[in-house]
Amino acid sequence: MSTATEKQSLSTSLIASIDLAQFSFANEQRTKAFEAFKTIGLPEPKNEEYKFTPVTRSLSKHFSASELSKPTDANESVKSLLNPEFSENRVVFVNGMYSKTLSTITSDSKVTVQSLNEALASNPSLLFDQLNTTDPFALLNSTLWSDGLYINVPKNIEEQKPLFIHHLHDASSEKVSAHTKLFITVGESASLQIIEKTDTQGNQPVFNTISEDIIVGENGAVNYCKIQNDAGQLIQVANTTIHQHRASRADTYTLTLNGQLIRNNLNIIIDGEGCESHFYGLYLSDGDTLVDNHTTVDHKKPNSFSNELYKGLMDGKSKGVFNGKIYVRPHAQKTNAFQSNRNLLLSDDATVNTKPQLEIWADDVKCSHGCTTGQLDEEALFYLQSRGIPKATAKAMLLYAFAAEVMETIKNEQLKNYIDSIVSERLHKSY
Amino acid sequence: MLKINNIHARVEEKAILNGINLEIKPGEVHAIMGPNGSGKSTLASVLAGREDFEVTEGSIEFLGKDLLEMSPEDRAREGVFLAFQYPVEIPGVSTVNFMKTALNKIREYRGQDTLDAVSFLSLMKEKIELVEIDKALLNRSLNEGFSGGEKKRNEIFQMAMLEPKLAILDETDSGLDIDALRIVANGVNKLRTKDNATIVVTHYQRLLEYIVPDYVHVLYKGKIVKSGTKELALELEAKGYDWIKSEMEVA
Repeated sequence: MSTATEKQSLSTSLIASIDLAQFSFANEQRTKAFEAFKTIGLPEPKNEEYKFTPVTRSLSKHFSASELSKPTDANESVKSLLNPEFSENRVVFVNGMYSKTLSTITSDSKVTVQSLNEALASNPSLLFDQLNTTDPFALLNSTLWSDGLYINVPKNIEEQKPLFIHHLHDASSEKVSAHTKLFITVGESASLQIIEKTDTQGNQPVFNTISEDIIVGENGAVNYCKIQNDAGQLIQVANTTIHQHRASRADTYTLTLNGQLIRNNLNIIIDGEGCESHFYGLYLSDGDTLVDNHTTVDHKKPNSFSNELYKGLMDGKSKGVFNGKIYVRPHAQKTNAFQSNRNLLLSDDATVNTKPQLEIWADDVKCSHGCTTGQLDEEALFYLQSRGIPKATAKAMLLYAFAAEVMETIKNEQLKNYIDSIVSERLHKSY
Repeated sequence: MLKINNIHARVEEKAILNGINLEIKPGEVHAIMGPNGSGKSTLASVLAGREDFEVTEGSIEFLGKDLLEMSPEDRAREGVFLAFQYPVEIPGVSTVNFMKTALNKIREYRGQDTLDAVSFLSLMKEKIELVEIDKALLNRSLNEGFSGGEKKRNEIFQMAMLEPKLAILDETDSGLDIDALRIVANGVNKLRTKDNATIVVTHYQRLLEYIVPDYVHVLYKGKIVKSGTKELALELEAKGYDWIKSEMEVA
């Protein structure tokens, strides 16, 4: 009972401590977002969408309301977290603030990368659609965001170089509360590849929300990869919404290897005919990490295809949560929508909660879903051992093979090799 | 090479092997026959080190070492090979990578240099021809979607690659048509030398027409109740296992 009171009190005191006067831009949107946030507050234990993922309890444990509501100063002593693999075409945020010195956007690119607050000045209605959400952390992000980017790929531009967006958190001396926003538009017949990564240094708690909206124009394509591999104590809620127009394509990869509490809300809105969407997830958790992937694919128009594959390996006392919603609206005939979630529990204390949720109003569709949770196949392990392979190596081989099904779908070779190297290292080291 | 001395084994509370004695010398082929449930596959599993079976009594000596003390991987590295009755399907691991890892782990254990890619591939090529297996199969996920015959042929290919001193073929003939049986048996025969030994576990005499044993042992209720030469297999085929059962009950 006392915990319930604490949570309510954090929500109430957070609302009381938020001072919108500290922000100099997007005030109209902030006011609206804040009003909406006030009515719902931080999620309570019984909140259906957060019942396995106690973000509020975690926040109460590590933060006071004023620590959450005030942005942390940027600190650029985080260079060691940068990836040499992705040094070109890089956008860097440090504790939620855009860092011009660490970013390396080349001017020859036809892709516009602009500060979101500047973009808002010329187009004040830019973010209003983001307010149509009931996710408390999306609203909190819209209330508290300190910096952001507007990225635009003009019509017919097929950008070959991936854009690397790196969110760095320096928690070596102070707690961090960092909130960033991305608004990305991919024009008609244009394409963009995005690699987004978060990294944390230091052991102070970090609370981070990232909200991003990606709009893919007719016949356009976006390829989006999120890599979460944070040391330290990161509590993160990411909201990613992809709006697909006619005949567009979206490929997403959500790869979570570390962090304390990670919640990803991925929403795909298929608002045109002939779209194709592939979304993949891979989560490898250990210790007391909690990784929660909530995905929604909303088929609003006919003749589209979506395929989802999320796989998890959970060790130690870690927890996995998967919730996959598929909506097929009444007009969305001839939809093909497939979903699969597969988990391996590697210890007696690891758990997973998985829930597919299909709501289908159209009658001429092909949809399927499946989820499995199991343990490493002892018979397969014995088979490998019986050929002279030590048990630890045999285990690593089987786990790697499990993860490889997702990694093999990554088309960018450099990215694939990078992911492969961190996953391989992780699996050999821990098992 | 192998000395099995009074082995008793059980799975959970059920006793399956009740005192097996068997000695195998280099170059010999021994067939273990017996009705269903007599303990044939259990014996094969106990030799390979499957953990489901608990040895409650007896000892097994392999090349002068205590086999029961060894992990399954160490048994393989010492030269024991079990061709599985039901080879396991492993998605995401190709036979090629699997064999490369296995071979190099065995070589490391024996203090040999690991094979580089070129020598590995040329060794593989040689063995592919020996056991007549489709090369394309080996690049696919291990046994995944293989036919029964392909799986068994893959077992023999692995055996050829690892060159064991003692090969145990656990019902390798089950589920094979006559052509597949002949190919698998040919592979086994080509791998025979004066230094290695083979245990053929089978229910039927048919396989023994192709892999000719020096000795035939009949297992019944967890014990070897009859031993003889290859003629014993023919006699069994003619009289059926009921002959053994009634003889045992009379005794």
